[in-house]
Amino acid sequence: MTAPVQSHPPLRHAALAAAGIARRNLRTALTTPSLLLPPLIAPLVFFAAFCGGLSVLADAPGFQFTPGYVAFEFVFVVVQGAVFTGIFSGLTLARDFESGMARRALVAVADRRAIVGGYVLTALGRAPVTAAALYLAGLAAGMPAGGVIDMLVLFAVTELLAAIGALWASGIALRIRSVQGAPMMQMPAFLGLYLAPAFVPLGLLTGWLHGAAAVNPFSLYLESGRGLVAGHPVRTAETLAVSAVLIALLTLWALRGLRRATAQAS
Amino acid sequence: MRRSLIQLRWLARRSALRTLRRPAAFYPSLLFPLVLLVITTGGLHLSEHVPGFPATSYFAFALAGAFVQGALVGGVNAGVDLATDMQTGFLNRLSLTPTPRRLVILGELAGAVVLALSQAALYLIIAVASGVRLASGPGGAAVVLALTVLMSLAFSSFGAFLALRTRSSEAVLGTFPLTFVLLLFSSFFMPRALMHRGWFATVAAWNPVSYLIEAVRGLVITGWDTGALARGFAVAGGLAGLAVALTALTLRTRSVAA
Repeated sequence: MTAPVQSHPPLRHAALAAAGIARRNLRTALTTPSLLLPPLIAPLVFFAAFCGGLSVLADAPGFQFTPGYVAFEFVFVVVQGAVFTGIFSGLTLARDFESGMARRALVAVADRRAIVGGYVLTALGRAPVTAAALYLAGLAAGMPAGGVIDMLVLFAVTELLAAIGALWASGIALRIRSVQGAPMMQMPAFLGLYLAPAFVPLGLLTGWLHGAAAVNPFSLYLESGRGLVAGHPVRTAETLAVSAVLIALLTLWALRGLRRATAQAS
Repeated sequence: MRRSLIQLRWLARRSALRTLRRPAAFYPSLLFPLVLLVITTGGLHLSEHVPGFPATSYFAFALAGAFVQGALVGGVNAGVDLATDMQTGFLNRLSLTPTPRRLVILGELAGAVVLALSQAALYLIIAVASGVRLASGPGGAAVVLALTVLMSLAFSSFGAFLALRTRSSEAVLGTFPLTFVLLLFSSFFMPRALMHRGWFATVAAWNPVSYLIEAVRGLVITGWDTGALARGFAVAGGLAGLAVALTALTLRTRSVAA
């Protein structure tokens, strides 16, 4: 496959290509309800179900979270929503391989890393919408508003999670090149999220689940997120450092997938 | 009559084998309820200490949800399989044979019910092996299986109805998230008596899935709770009757061939 002629400096060309892919994806998502609504509605449904059905857990012995159970679950669904927004972006890439769009992008873009960048940007563009919808739902359900700085940090963390989800799912999409890879994108994230302190604090988990949750990076996101909502930030620096490591590793994962996809297409 | 039964047996056999030969579709629907059961038990076992919680083991309490979830997902799969048969032209070819249309659908449904029954038997074995003792004894296990048959018939018939209406496996598969909504807004995680939020308790009370779960749950943790059983069988029977009627009506007006 020959690289196309460049009319801009390489870095600027890559940035323009990534922005173009993201703009196209976001426009498609905004004008296609079947793409726009599921990533938005699913976390709201989980939020309503967990707050409505499980709020009795706040009465369990040892459960202490001053802002209340709605706020406790808000952090879980906001983390889940961000990760799955990223995964939906990877799923879009898989769908684009099926339709031929991604192969055309492989031919058209000189620095093909911009393709991965474009789908990550798509996730970054969508994640705040999901987080904002969940925040408004939480406020409507009686959750305290929280401090402005704390909430901004929480929203920034959701952006990092969306990037992590998008890089993970893009790596799968670039290897499988079909939406049939969807379970492989979603299942590990689903298991990772629910093997963390999803419904009760880490200290109240026992047995094997406590062991799994203690080493699960999602537990860190939940703990720091809940600290931010409660106005007592905990482990925020650690969360940012782990995010940086995960993003670096998953970038390598996605770029290796890109190399495979390029080799297959040429 | 004898010929019809032979045709039905072969169609049911094909339906069950076809599902078993697609591990990517079958194993997630078999294993996912168990995975969810294990995860929710780990995360929600604290509920055992909440005043008024009706069981000493959350695993035993949550077990009922796995049976209903298995039947729901199996119903979607049955619909997807039927729609796929329509899209690939298998039913076209079958329509050239003397096999009656209703037998084709019945064969698909029978295959789905046999799989659901095997799945439920497996869940019971795993539950007993995990230390759950059914409060209603071995007779209760038989009733769980009977209820599973009825639930599977209901959900598979809804799947078949959707397949006949849409002729698209993607459209039927698109109803999968609805199964989650039905489970999440029911007494899947908690008994209705412990739902603190009034609106959620109301939704759960209107959700037929709550009564299916509570009928199975009663047999597992309470014993012979005739009220819960009567409601469970009435809901499962009602849903099955409605779904079969809708499927039969659709079959009368639409050809199974593409």
